[in-house]
Amino acid sequence: MPDTFAGQDFTTIRDKSREELEYIMDEARGMEKYTKVGTDSASGRLMGTLFFEPSTRTRLSFQAAMKRLGGDTIGFSSKEGSSVKKGETLADTLRTVEQYVDILVMRHPSEGSAKLASELLDIPVINGGDGSANHPTQTLLDLYTIREELGEIDGKTITLAGDLRYSRTTRSLSRALTGFDVELILNSPEQLRMKDDLLLELEEEGLKPEEMSDLEASMQKADLVYATRIQKERFPDVSEYRKVANAYRIDRELLERCNNPLLLHPLPRVNEIDPDVDELDNTVFFDQAGNGVPVRMALISNLLNLSDR
Amino acid sequence: MVQEKQEMKITRIENGTVIDHITPGSALKVFELLGLEGDDENAITIAIRVNSDKMGKKDLLKIEDRFITAKESAMISLISPEATINIIRSFEVESKEVVELPEELEGIFSCSNPNCITNQEREPVEARFEVTEKNPLSVRCLYCDTLMNEEEVTHQLIQGS
Repeated sequence: MPDTFAGQDFTTIRDKSREELEYIMDEARGMEKYTKVGTDSASGRLMGTLFFEPSTRTRLSFQAAMKRLGGDTIGFSSKEGSSVKKGETLADTLRTVEQYVDILVMRHPSEGSAKLASELLDIPVINGGDGSANHPTQTLLDLYTIREELGEIDGKTITLAGDLRYSRTTRSLSRALTGFDVELILNSPEQLRMKDDLLLELEEEGLKPEEMSDLEASMQKADLVYATRIQKERFPDVSEYRKVANAYRIDRELLERCNNPLLLHPLPRVNEIDPDVDELDNTVFFDQAGNGVPVRMALISNLLNLSDR
Repeated sequence: MVQEKQEMKITRIENGTVIDHITPGSALKVFELLGLEGDDENAITIAIRVNSDKMGKKDLLKIEDRFITAKESAMISLISPEATINIIRSFEVESKEVVELPEELEGIFSCSNPNCITNQEREPVEARFEVTEKNPLSVRCLYCDTLMNEEEVTHQLIQGS
């Protein structure tokens, strides 16, 4: 069991054990008391937030986390805001930013970009999403939310629904779940099925998901449903997208017919979750987004080995 | 009945490389992999499905005045994991090594995922893979986790040579 991740990187769930993930979740709970009032343990420390792709929750919650710890952030929120726009390589951008900050979080459209950053830089690198490959800090807050809401993760039946092919959140989450004693059900349109290499990897790790083609049937047995956005840009024509998107709609009636499982969503949502469910006790996606702050505070605090944790 | 000893009539080379114990039927792939054209000056001997005490049948490739690099040896191991590389100087075997499939492969072929960081122009990074299975070959990109099978790897090696 580690007592610190000082100086390490957080770029993938693959190299993290259940114990390590639980350790950060325990630390996150301890951070809850600082999420509104703040602390000064990161005073004088700077975080670089390099977002080459749009982000609301990940970027803002990392910034909030660093500021609540008493530190500060510098960075940009689009490719247009950086010299990459002028043709500078990612590698040169990273090596430059390393001169200014103590820790870096990056979102980039190329898969493996965070791994490259971790190899190039001596400071801790956090992956804020690399293409459709990984989103490990989203997984931390997803697991934290499940644990906070249901008491524990072991013994639960979890349905992942929606785009399981290009969604980095479900890719990272399903990998993390191999460390827990869960039943996993997958539900997606045929063209958005989970990739075979990931299915193989999960199976090798002892987690054999059940694929179900009917959304309602896949939710019937679930303790919790993790829905993702159907991405319009993945479809060759709009009519095909509409057909699939209309079939993927979770509303109050559907949740009630399925005995009201806990409903999570990494957000943003488009049409897949009807706003009429927002007030239900079992829909927790805004709490989930809020959990990004204590979880990321705990992670930053560990990677920087801050005192007063 | 006295069985007549059958000998392979293959010319000895003075200097160069003998790649022996190639998986039967794979010599032409190795030939292509090494970028050999057949119209170079150096003498090349290819033997396909000849008898072998060790393997039953084997292929063999002798190339005059050409010495195999470590990278080429790793490439050959991907196609023919039991091949041996004999370096010949002045008609003598200077060294003899079984090709070894390394646990990691770097800069030999590209990741099949076009969106992998290793396929982005001008970024100073070469594709790197961990070998997850040796036979049949399966490799995983160390950057984007994409799995590639033997067919994808060899196709690319031969296309790219």
